[in-house]
Amino acid sequence: MTVRTRILILLSAVAALAAVGLASVLHASARADRRDRPQAGGPQVTSGTVSLTGHGRMVFRNMAWGPHRDELTSVPAAGPAGPRTASGVKCLRFYAASGTGVCLQAVHGPVSDTYRALLLDARLRTRHHYDVPGIPSRARVSPTGHFAAWTAFVGGDSYAGTNFSTRTAIVDTRTGVLIPTLEAFRIVRDGHPYRAADANFWGVTFAGDDRTFYATLATGGHTYLVRGDLRARTVTTLHANVECPSLSPDGTRVAYKKRVAGLSKDAPWRLYVLDLRTMHETPLAEPRSVDDQAVWKDPRTLVYALPGDYGADLYEIPANGSGHPHRISPAAVSPAYLP
Amino acid sequence: MYVADSRASARASADGAVRPEAGRRRAAIAPTVLALGTVSLVTDVSSEMVTAVLPLYLVTGLGLSPLGFGLLDGVYNGFSALVRLAGGHLADRGGGRHKWVAGLGYGVSALCKPLLLVAHSLTPIGLVLAADRTGKGLRTAPRDALISLSSTPEGRGRAFGVHRAMDTAGALFGPLVAFLILRATVDGYDAVFTVSFCVAVFGVLVLVLFVPGGRRQGGDGGGGERPTLRAAVGLLRRRDLSRITVCALLLGLATVSDSFVYLLLQRRLGVPDRWFALLPLGTAAAFLLLAVPLGRLADRVGRWAVFLGGHAALLLAYALLLTSWHGTPLPYVVLALHGGFYAATDGVLMAAASEGVPATLRSSGLAVVQTGQALARFACSLLFGAAWTVWGDRAALAGAVVALAVCAAFSLTLRPKGTVPA
Repeated sequence: MTVRTRILILLSAVAALAAVGLASVLHASARADRRDRPQAGGPQVTSGTVSLTGHGRMVFRNMAWGPHRDELTSVPAAGPAGPRTASGVKCLRFYAASGTGVCLQAVHGPVSDTYRALLLDARLRTRHHYDVPGIPSRARVSPTGHFAAWTAFVGGDSYAGTNFSTRTAIVDTRTGVLIPTLEAFRIVRDGHPYRAADANFWGVTFAGDDRTFYATLATGGHTYLVRGDLRARTVTTLHANVECPSLSPDGTRVAYKKRVAGLSKDAPWRLYVLDLRTMHETPLAEPRSVDDQAVWKDPRTLVYALPGDYGADLYEIPANGSGHPHRISPAAVSPAYLP
Repeated sequence: MYVADSRASARASADGAVRPEAGRRRAAIAPTVLALGTVSLVTDVSSEMVTAVLPLYLVTGLGLSPLGFGLLDGVYNGFSALVRLAGGHLADRGGGRHKWVAGLGYGVSALCKPLLLVAHSLTPIGLVLAADRTGKGLRTAPRDALISLSSTPEGRGRAFGVHRAMDTAGALFGPLVAFLILRATVDGYDAVFTVSFCVAVFGVLVLVLFVPGGRRQGGDGGGGERPTLRAAVGLLRRRDLSRITVCALLLGLATVSDSFVYLLLQRRLGVPDRWFALLPLGTAAAFLLLAVPLGRLADRVGRWAVFLGGHAALLLAYALLLTSWHGTPLPYVVLALHGGFYAATDGVLMAAASEGVPATLRSSGLAVVQTGQALARFACSLLFGAAWTVWGDRAALAGAVVALAVCAAFSLTLRPKGTVPA
């Protein structure tokens, strides 16, 4: 084959490959345009005022296609599938309590995205913001609104590696003082001080005393429910195989996802509720794998997200193991109930 | 050029021919090296595009927790090392199959990209990535053998330097391309994977069209010339190669993985979170800039001297991380030293190893050195992680500094006699 032939083959291949590549980019960007238009049969979304003190309402990230996609939206808690009021504030993850909100959002840079956490007041105005070192995954605010926590997946630790770790931060919303990583806390495992380079924390949930929190600790291939103490800066393991705990409003039970042996590796989790006094585990009636930190709508009901047509849908289920799951709101994620 | 290099040139370099003849115009980079550099550049654009968006895709695109991924990582490392040995041996067998074994490796990795479009849960995605790494393991040794065989013994350091610089340039470009695509679309991960596939196919085509297939001198008719597995294992009895392998192993055992370096930088110096993802780019940029000059330096003053010098730079970087100096330039200095370490060791080690291996076994020989080094580094990661757990990061790093200094001193006395000492 002469050099000329080879160059000709290469050039025609480049033309074909470029056409395929360009077509895929154009296809994906056309889809982007479609997503900016509301889909038929989807929830009705209109601009309006969203307040974090709006009693009896649920605030969440709206994932329905249209101009208000990804915005914080509110609906009456009693009618979560009804018309939505959109705030104009875009978040990937969100939570709120007592008039304080935490919004984890992407900042689109010229060559890559970065992430930040916004602390919002009751009128969704930013009071503080913090860098988040990776892709946001969990967010919580303490019942008093005095503390907020978030978890991010940190990649890029290794060149072309596939290993991920998590980093969980807690901030005092009154002073703005940040604990950048829970890994700075002392760990007590099974009654003994424990240190590990591979310690990862995620999924903080706060008690009402502004001192106690619960979270997941992963180390040595196991996950634990830990109880944390913000003043003593310690975490103590309580129970094994607990991820993404969510403390009930009365502080007596923790809802969580448990890795159940024998299930597929793609969908290994089932929802459970742990009674903190008896350490008795109750499986919930959701037969699917749930990869979310559930939210207590009230002392008897849990709400969580499952993958849906437009990203995620919200479901609710009784917290005592009875009943059936049912979908309460399509194209929605990260709900917070304003009592 | 490709066929001319045989044992004779290894002997010549043993006589001290590494130093270029005075007054002679420096030989140009062989077209094969440039072609292979282009293939690596293009392939790295393709693979780093995927690597850059994968966490984002898993979490925001598929709604998965990517933590489960870590479990597969150890498996990959051991498996990829074995595949590398197999690739090296396959390429040598039958003489001159380097191009086709390398092409198979590039092809496997290219085919993995469209598979990402259909894999929607962690296990299939993990398997696709494992296949991708198999391709990478398969192609590395034959590719380095091709670079080595198509360059003159006295210009090998530079040839590897040029190749590694082009390779790293691709790695820097990849994420940029991926994010430009994501910027032009919304959730355009499918477009990223499709473009990545097209780019990878382009790389394979450049390899097929512009890298000579090569046929060993005398073809297969050389009687005992056809390399056997026994001959490949027998390579380790060669003094120069065994010494290089032992040194690479020892130094690899004291080379802390990149992620630990970045974590230490961040923890000790308070590098802001938003810069964390940029730290590997700093290392890559220094690698890119220094690969060619240090490769040339290796040709002039001796590969072993530069190889050990690279480890000295790494030692200095560790030592700086241990000091209490918190100055603004520190991250830059540490990353420059870290990138310099790669520039002075990655290609240079291959150039040094090439000297002790006959052309018929070049691919197997390079695979042995690479595998030894990779396994040693993996062992070091495990040891360092354990040390960090027991003693804390500072003490673990102090241990690494001592280990690296001892291994470097030992390597200095053990260095292959074939190379020109500094």
